[in-house]
Amino acid sequence: MNNTADRSMALTGEPPKALNLQQKLATLFGMTGMGILVLALMNINFENRALWLTLSLLAISGGIVWFSYAAYANTQPGIKNDGVMFKSISSRGFWGWIAGIALTGFYIVLYFYPQYLGLTKEGDNTGLIALFDPLSKLLSGNPASQWFVYGTLYTVAILAFGIKFLYKYRHNAYERLRTISVMFFQTAFAFLIPELMARLNGEGFSLPYYDLKNIWPLNYYNFERYRVNSFIDAGDIGLALLIFGILSIFVITPILTYKYGKRWYCSWVCGCGGLAETAGDSFRQLSDKSLFAWRVERWVVHSVVVFVTLMTTAVIYSYLGNDTSKYWLTKTTFLIGVATFLTAIFAWVMIYKREQLKKDATYGAIGYFVIIIALIGIHFFSGDGNVFLFKSEALRKTYSFLIGSIFSGVIGTGFYPIFGNRVWCRFGCPMAAILGFQQRLFSKFRITTNGGQCISCGNCSTYCEMGIDVRAYAQKGQNIVRSSCVGCGICSAVCPRGVLKLENGPAKGRINSQDVLLGNDVDLMQLVNENK
Amino acid sequence: MEKIVIIGNGIAGVTAARHIRKLSDKEITIISAETDYFFSRTALMYVYMGHMKFEHTQPYENWFWKKNRINLIKGYVEKVNPKEQLLQLQNGQEIPYDQLILATGSKPNKFGWPGQDLKGVQGLVSKQDLDALEANAPNNKVCKRAVVVGGGLIGIELCEMLRSREIPVTFIVRESSFWNGVLPNGESQLINEHIKEHHIDLRLGMNLGEIHGDENGKVEAITIKETGEVIDCQMVGLTAGVTPNINFLKDSGIELGKGIKVNRFLETNFPNIFAIGDCAEQHEAIGNRRPIEAVWYTGRMMGETVAQTICGNKTKYNPGHWFNSAKFLDVEYQTYGWVFSERNKKEYEKHFHWRHPEEKVCITMAYHADTGKFLGLNTFGIRMRHEVFDRWLTEECSADYVLEHLKDANFDPEFYKAYENLIVAKYNTDTGSHIQTKKKSWKRILSLGA
Repeated sequence: MNNTADRSMALTGEPPKALNLQQKLATLFGMTGMGILVLALMNINFENRALWLTLSLLAISGGIVWFSYAAYANTQPGIKNDGVMFKSISSRGFWGWIAGIALTGFYIVLYFYPQYLGLTKEGDNTGLIALFDPLSKLLSGNPASQWFVYGTLYTVAILAFGIKFLYKYRHNAYERLRTISVMFFQTAFAFLIPELMARLNGEGFSLPYYDLKNIWPLNYYNFERYRVNSFIDAGDIGLALLIFGILSIFVITPILTYKYGKRWYCSWVCGCGGLAETAGDSFRQLSDKSLFAWRVERWVVHSVVVFVTLMTTAVIYSYLGNDTSKYWLTKTTFLIGVATFLTAIFAWVMIYKREQLKKDATYGAIGYFVIIIALIGIHFFSGDGNVFLFKSEALRKTYSFLIGSIFSGVIGTGFYPIFGNRVWCRFGCPMAAILGFQQRLFSKFRITTNGGQCISCGNCSTYCEMGIDVRAYAQKGQNIVRSSCVGCGICSAVCPRGVLKLENGPAKGRINSQDVLLGNDVDLMQLVNENK
Repeated sequence: MEKIVIIGNGIAGVTAARHIRKLSDKEITIISAETDYFFSRTALMYVYMGHMKFEHTQPYENWFWKKNRINLIKGYVEKVNPKEQLLQLQNGQEIPYDQLILATGSKPNKFGWPGQDLKGVQGLVSKQDLDALEANAPNNKVCKRAVVVGGGLIGIELCEMLRSREIPVTFIVRESSFWNGVLPNGESQLINEHIKEHHIDLRLGMNLGEIHGDENGKVEAITIKETGEVIDCQMVGLTAGVTPNINFLKDSGIELGKGIKVNRFLETNFPNIFAIGDCAEQHEAIGNRRPIEAVWYTGRMMGETVAQTICGNKTKYNPGHWFNSAKFLDVEYQTYGWVFSERNKKEYEKHFHWRHPEEKVCITMAYHADTGKFLGLNTFGIRMRHEVFDRWLTEECSADYVLEHLKDANFDPEFYKAYENLIVAKYNTDTGSHIQTKKKSWKRILSLGA
């Protein structure tokens, strides 16, 4: 108790955390936009919904852009982290918790109680969702759903905070391009294209809602029965989309990750990454850098991969038939195919990449491999029934609830101001784990450490949203090759000594380790680094 | 078991401890009066500016020391007794050692200015200095103006820190242009301009005359020596260089100069006492280096070296090619090899300078006037690849070769504007050469397939 009293009495304090007048006005302006949404939520019926929705969205994005202008306009281009650790919103202070609770609450309502937002099964929408009807009808011709409201706000957030980010990093071409890219992919691929695709649906032709950049296993439901049926029923276009969905994860993704690392997806294309990098940018310093957190991360995220693999296998299995004469892909062929594929990957890693795995990674890989193969084996011995001991529907529901809703939404985004902006990407996203696995073992991407220039200041580690202790590598002269790195490039940006560079280069010499750093006696360096 | 005691938990002492642990099972103790755990001194500024919290400056988690069996003692060493191999702490505790490593770092220079010990006058080296700054200049209401004396790296950092809290700053620099004892004119000029862009009241060619205190012994103004101008201020930063922190060794019998005198093995006049880092003074300067090098990475290198010697592989401190880097407000600076200022330039040293017409970007390359050999490069606003320059220096490449292959050395983030063609065009004009830049080659950069 004494501590708190001491803190308020201390001479320290009052660093520049206050907002300037323009920023206050901008906040007020943005809040009026939010106010309109709140009024709609409280079932105030607006006569001209299109007008009020436009006003609201304009005020929100205008407020954010104005705020950013007021923050950065009178400054020199360069790193803008003054006061980050003093501001309550970005250092788990009062406003941080308020924002966290508000966001979490929003996600809970969105996922589990959309009726409170005004979703009506029979008849017209009311409340907040009704406010978005005009925009939804304009795009797809259908009334809005809770997901349309969410998608719209999500896109507005990425665009408006994207502009803020562009302003903040206006000196940095990598950050600018990357941000323009996520803004584009969110607006076009996640928001507009699927809505416009819905327009094509009509008599006898119906495509499932499909954000093309949303790849399985992030898009864990992509191969569920209703979607696959609807792809197949939609003829050539549908089939093309289905094939694209399969190629995305098995062909396109590995090639791009080999060439550029997983950043091509995680911080250039992905919508989750897009929100984290823009709206979540103010919270990147809150990620946990401890060794303990890293250990937890490895187990949790890879368990999610195993979970999603089992779940998807079970779901696909459940709707396949047994008769080869009807369709070449039967339950048995499918299971054998999955088992063969996993065995091939496992064998490749164990034979060629074993020395690169930490001990717990090896145990984990062996453990999970044995479990999956055993489960598939049990199926063959126990006859037809439940693959993997559970009903596929139960698996699917559990995954969708635990991972799809709670982890990626409520915790992943709702807790931005508490755990940092990449909690989902780091601990939960199976897509990130698969790309990361490849990035670590089979890619040209690395963050190069510049000889002996590191002064261990720790800016890189502090601002790593994935909780990588970048400094631990940089101060040893080691390149950073980590599966979790999403390649946001901020470590390199905040480095005051020009030590870090994200680049794609030859695989040879990608991972280096040195005991004595460049700048020292050449003979000694050789002696020590060779005698290890 | 042999007892190794290290005084000082900065980069030099901690590196020594880590490497001794890697190489041996000796008992290791680190004593520091400054902090419980090692932190990165270079990051103190970011704590004041709110970029980081103090714990972010600690490169190792707190469990690291116990796990690696490195004992940490917080205490102030008052006396070293080399005859009895005994240290005496301020609290009376006595600590025996078999081998002693002195890594006590440095403290701010004070040149006997009147008023230099008033309240509100401080340097910026230690954690205690950071705490003092929080008290002396928490905001621009308590501290309506600050004066920073001494135009070096710490001086400009202190200005940047104070400006982050919107405290008006007067920056008194003895030289006629910022850091022009080290930087060539063009670069020094660029930084002058940049300092003013940041609304810092830069006073070139001025010296501090006197610091005035109020009735409570707190600073209230300073006088500039040359003009007699009085500037009201509530905080004075003394950043005119640092000096080894060796007062406690005065009567120990250890040979002292400005610092602790050491030979190339970093041994003092006692064979089981070593000195490393900022506090060590070479009997004779190594190459173009200064006898006392108060640089982060030289401290680290001396730690690596002394660990070898203590663990049985007697090794000379033999630094490779000079390099360094810094950041002046928003402009990054890197240097590889030797580029001297006009004041210290060797007679054979010739410079090529290029500056971008609008941006704060420039380079200066030094080369041998007769042989054309590349001597060194300073860059501002461009990052360069250390490994490549280190190799070029070892291989004694020509200036022409360096410029031809300059794209290999670029270390700027991807998609950054490249300046090599502009640079080389200017060089061709200046010298009448016909150099063409070559495309970046990974083969050359990583010396693959050679």
